[in-house]
Amino acid sequence: MAQEPIIIVGAGHAGFQVAASLRQHAFEGGIVLIGDEPVLPYQRPPLSKDYLDGKIGLDLLLMRPGAFYRDHRIDYLPGTRVSEIDRAGKAVLLASGECLHYSHLVLATGARNRVPALPGIELDGVAYLRTLAETDLLRDRLAAADDIVVIGAGFIGLEFAAVARQHGKSVHIVELTERAMGRVVSHATSGFFAEAHRRTGVHFSFGAQAARIAGDRGRVDHVELVDGARLKADLVLVSIGVVPNGELAATAGLAVANGIVVNEELATADPAISAIGDCASFPCRHAAGQPTRLEAVQNAADHARCVADRLVGKPHPYGALPWFWSEQGKLRLQIAGLTTGHDRTVPRGSVESGEFSVFCYQGGTLLGVESINRPADHAHARRLLAAGRMITPEQAADESFDLRAAATARAA
Amino acid sequence: MPRVTYISQDQKATTLDVDVGTSVMQAAVFNGVDGIVAECGGSCMCATCHVYVREDQLALCPPLETDEDAMLEGTASARLPNSRLSCQLVVSEQMDGLVVTLPETQT
Repeated sequence: MAQEPIIIVGAGHAGFQVAASLRQHAFEGGIVLIGDEPVLPYQRPPLSKDYLDGKIGLDLLLMRPGAFYRDHRIDYLPGTRVSEIDRAGKAVLLASGECLHYSHLVLATGARNRVPALPGIELDGVAYLRTLAETDLLRDRLAAADDIVVIGAGFIGLEFAAVARQHGKSVHIVELTERAMGRVVSHATSGFFAEAHRRTGVHFSFGAQAARIAGDRGRVDHVELVDGARLKADLVLVSIGVVPNGELAATAGLAVANGIVVNEELATADPAISAIGDCASFPCRHAAGQPTRLEAVQNAADHARCVADRLVGKPHPYGALPWFWSEQGKLRLQIAGLTTGHDRTVPRGSVESGEFSVFCYQGGTLLGVESINRPADHAHARRLLAAGRMITPEQAADESFDLRAAATARAA
Repeated sequence: MPRVTYISQDQKATTLDVDVGTSVMQAAVFNGVDGIVAECGGSCMCATCHVYVREDQLALCPPLETDEDAMLEGTASARLPNSRLSCQLVVSEQMDGLVVTLPETQT
């Protein structure tokens, strides 16, 4: 009997990369890649930037052209939903009723938009920015909009705000916390970005909460805040984060706690099932082994490579350094490492010049580095952190200290 | 149409016809040339589309900009004087016949 295929549920960055890496490793078995969107796998980061802005089309967004899947014998099933996992039978049940057997199952189910329970959330003119379809809709709406309210000042909200301002639209961002990108960056970086966006004309309400979205004949008219303020709007972008898609795993009896729980090799408690990317909670070497769930291309792709290695008989614990980026107008933010829990920040370069890095320390240990228009610092920081090398806060702050030499030095 | 040749670590050469305006990275990825990762999709953010350009052809390529120069500091394989990020090598007519060698590793 022929070996059953490896089935990958989810065709985002993580799912696609597992399939591609398996073939790179000359894996000969069957590969089934299941996606719930109707298009070929595509790259998400440009959605909120060049694609939204019309600078690139779908052709440049695709991970690979259609021929790639045929040439590499990857059986891609678009527009397909998995309704259930039958662990005992090692099979997935599709919404169509079809049953597919697997030798190994990779869950790369990603995440979905967090939708607030706001009155008026169903109104025409309330938009999201995660999928291609949502972005196509948003792009049309953006062209016709005058007054935009963005709910949530995270990466997506700010990236969208920058594009919208470039199109001359009025933009007001409502953020529940006291600062921009508060979940992921230091106060210094947060403050710099908020100020930079303000200078381009973006309005912010921090520590503010939307109470309802009010409509007029089914169309968005304004957003009302809890404090009673009314913000005129003909387009509302909801960008308050995501929820990991863990339901398939949970229903199959696998542990889910802010993501599908996996071990250091990214396997679930069922050795025939792995989980990777945005939907996976893994013990992160760069977070002192704490359960960690990341929403990032790097994480998705490196998780995928780790699982592909294991599936071709070369298992190893996952240990890649997390890194992230965001482009907001002319500002390029690059983050190396995980800075959560830092108790000291040290700037390198001048904040006033708009080209600087923030080194984040916890008890003297370098956790991560945020670089704003300082790509060389980012490149060096990635090397330093990946190798587990340390530089002192004093060295970080000293521009004459040779970061490059420190990053590339041979281990002592 | 300009032609670009990619030479892998095991000396396998792949030659592609590349539209003017397409990057050396895009052409490789879209035609299944292994050895270029391009994690960030061509935003000059990740340094995983590193190539070595044949020395005598460096002058035919678009000039090395600050961001690319900086990100080349973070390549997984050694940076050499002829190192470039292929996402920044947008192909022009004068680059016809370009030969790039792929590094040992991108990640």
